Amino acid sequence: MHLLVCGGTGCHASESDAIVWNLRDELEAKGLSEKVQVILTGCFGFCEKGPIVKVMPDNTFYVQVKPEDAQEIVEEHIIKGRKVTRLLYHDPLTKEPIGDSKHMGFFKKQLRIVLRNCGFINPENIDEYIARDGYMALGKVLTEMTPQDVIREIKDSGQRGRGGAGFPTGLKWEIASKSKSDVKYVVCNADEGDPGAFMDRSVLEGDPHSVLEAMAICGYSIGASNGLIYVRAEYPLAIHRLKVAISQAREYGLLGKDILGTGFNFDIQLRYGAGAFVCGEETALIHSMEGLRGEPTIKPPFPAEAGFLGKPTNVNNVETLAAIPIIILKGAGWFNKIGTEKSKGTKVFALAGKINNVGLIEVPMGTTLREVIFEIGGGIRNGKKFKAVQTGGPSGGCLTEKHLDLPIDFDNLVAAGSMMGSGGMIVMDEDDCMVSFAKFFLDFTVEESCGKCAPCRIGNKRLNELLNQITEGKGTMSDLDRLKNMSNVIKDTSLCGLGQSSPNPVLSTLNNFMNEYVAHVVDKKCPAGQCKSLMEYYIIPENCVGCTACARVCPVNAITGQRKEIHKINPDVCIKCGACKEKCKFDAIIIR
Amino acid sequence: MSQIKSLADLKKKREEIKTGLDVRIKAIDPEKHVQVKVAMATCGIAAGAKPIMEFFIEQLDRRNIPGIVTQTGCMGYCYAEPTVEIKLPGKDPVVFGYVDLKRADQIIEKYIKEGELIDGIIPVNYETIDSKE
Repeated sequence: MHLLVCGGTGCHASESDAIVWNLRDELEAKGLSEKVQVILTGCFGFCEKGPIVKVMPDNTFYVQVKPEDAQEIVEEHIIKGRKVTRLLYHDPLTKEPIGDSKHMGFFKKQLRIVLRNCGFINPENIDEYIARDGYMALGKVLTEMTPQDVIREIKDSGQRGRGGAGFPTGLKWEIASKSKSDVKYVVCNADEGDPGAFMDRSVLEGDPHSVLEAMAICGYSIGASNGLIYVRAEYPLAIHRLKVAISQAREYGLLGKDILGTGFNFDIQLRYGAGAFVCGEETALIHSMEGLRGEPTIKPPFPAEAGFLGKPTNVNNVETLAAIPIIILKGAGWFNKIGTEKSKGTKVFALAGKINNVGLIEVPMGTTLREVIFEIGGGIRNGKKFKAVQTGGPSGGCLTEKHLDLPIDFDNLVAAGSMMGSGGMIVMDEDDCMVSFAKFFLDFTVEESCGKCAPCRIGNKRLNELLNQITEGKGTMSDLDRLKNMSNVIKDTSLCGLGQSSPNPVLSTLNNFMNEYVAHVVDKKCPAGQCKSLMEYYIIPENCVGCTACARVCPVNAITGQRKEIHKINPDVCIKCGACKEKCKFDAIIIR
Repeated sequence: MSQIKSLADLKKKREEIKTGLDVRIKAIDPEKHVQVKVAMATCGIAAGAKPIMEFFIEQLDRRNIPGIVTQTGCMGYCYAEPTVEIKLPGKDPVVFGYVDLKRADQIIEKYIKEGELIDGIIPVNYETIDSKE
């Protein structure tokens, strides 16, 4: 028998260590320590109801356990075999106690469709994929369905592109299928460029065959026999696993000529990108594959009409494709029951930033931000206060506390001033400055702008300069208006998605954190204490004992004062390195 | 490797693999062996998964434990890399996080040999489409 005690940050803070000691003492006293083991585990993700104690093998799930409950758990549950009802999790709706964790709604929050094989199969062994019904969907479409059937199925499923914009996948396929041409192409967009997003890489590294299979299915339905995967050269392991997967699929005859004896031909090649963010935009991606500069062109013509080498081309993102085989096998009706009215299925998110359980998660559309951040993500690190979450990377916006109960889907995020993007989620706490945060993303877009159109090339640069001035304390109130106006102009007039979305971080921080901007320009203060130019290290005279520790550690000799006398920092010399604050044992040094 | 010529062939192949009849992948019954999966995506490898995998391969062999060590993709627990999943015959798989060489040794000695759990298990908190059926 095992007693699992959660040792995640949250439960640890509420004395889960003491629970472990008490349980072990109690078992020792009853002479049971040989038979029952007490184990400290990683985070269950159920921090809201922590500390958690789970009894194995009967899966009893105790919540909000206190160290003094140890005795009762041992005496009642372990010795007498009776569950301690008052510690069981109670269903929030029925108020009934739930004895078994398998029946708790919480553990149904994550549903893995796209990640179904990631971390489960060996990605370099096609047999393991086949054992998980791999290539069955391809077999099904080739033998039982017409191309029109496939397109109808995908349309009915409500699947929308996971690359960011959320264009309906079935519709995209239909347009490509109607274009008349001798040669057509299926392209997989694996140019994942958002800072903090890594779901596409994880899928390619963990389950490459699902993408190959989906591309073949797409090829069949739009009438293409050539597939290309545009993957960034910075993903060497993903490239390696794709190469292995393609060669294994060819050896089995699942790629190549006359697949499964049906006369359908399809093969896939790799194309490497040099890691330009703009090449995630489909026209720029196609130009890059053609050997031209990675610059977008005006649509129309859409790639579905004239794409790679002027031929009709269907471009889909990795995550979009990875769901296709399951949709075919389980049917549109199964898929479109998951999610919200207009956003079906699940979405993979890369949780990053000041969150306890940094990681890759997959939840049905419509899950709230609160569930993702506080339940699955385990809440904010070091018990700090949640401030904002950036979704959609540099193209998205930040969402605040008032958005926490917003069900996540394509349309809700746009309405809230952000976007789904590829699914990066960067969580910020009270110590993060929203102006520097907007500046961070602007730095990125300025660097990544291809320079073709003026609003993006010049406008973003100017935005960045304004933000720089503000963080250095040189901004004025009229700068804030200029920021807003210019952002709107860039959004309206840029050529491609990069420029059209690059001011989003600025606009959403202006909307949600105007007070912080005002603090920077009017009070010349950074409330989060992040903007170096606006910080001042100050010694509180009452707390200083004159130990000279700070003066000795100061690299620029900015601190003066005799032993046992109050010390002073000369702000003109101080470089704000923070060494003195770290050294002070009397909490005498503050940032103000 | 022989070609798969039809859907019926593919189905046959799947059944062979599922029942472990395919001699090419394993001459041994996975249900009677310890199965070790090491999460080896770029992030896992960067966190040190490679020496861990080598350690398991070498040590299971040296300690005469019949086992299969394979790599797999990202399990999603980035905060606890390197992560390793152990499936003992007839038991549910267990995921261990923060596995360094010392913990890997403990896992072999305590969990694989004795069936005793050790601290630092990562509880599974998701459903897969299989469990939904």
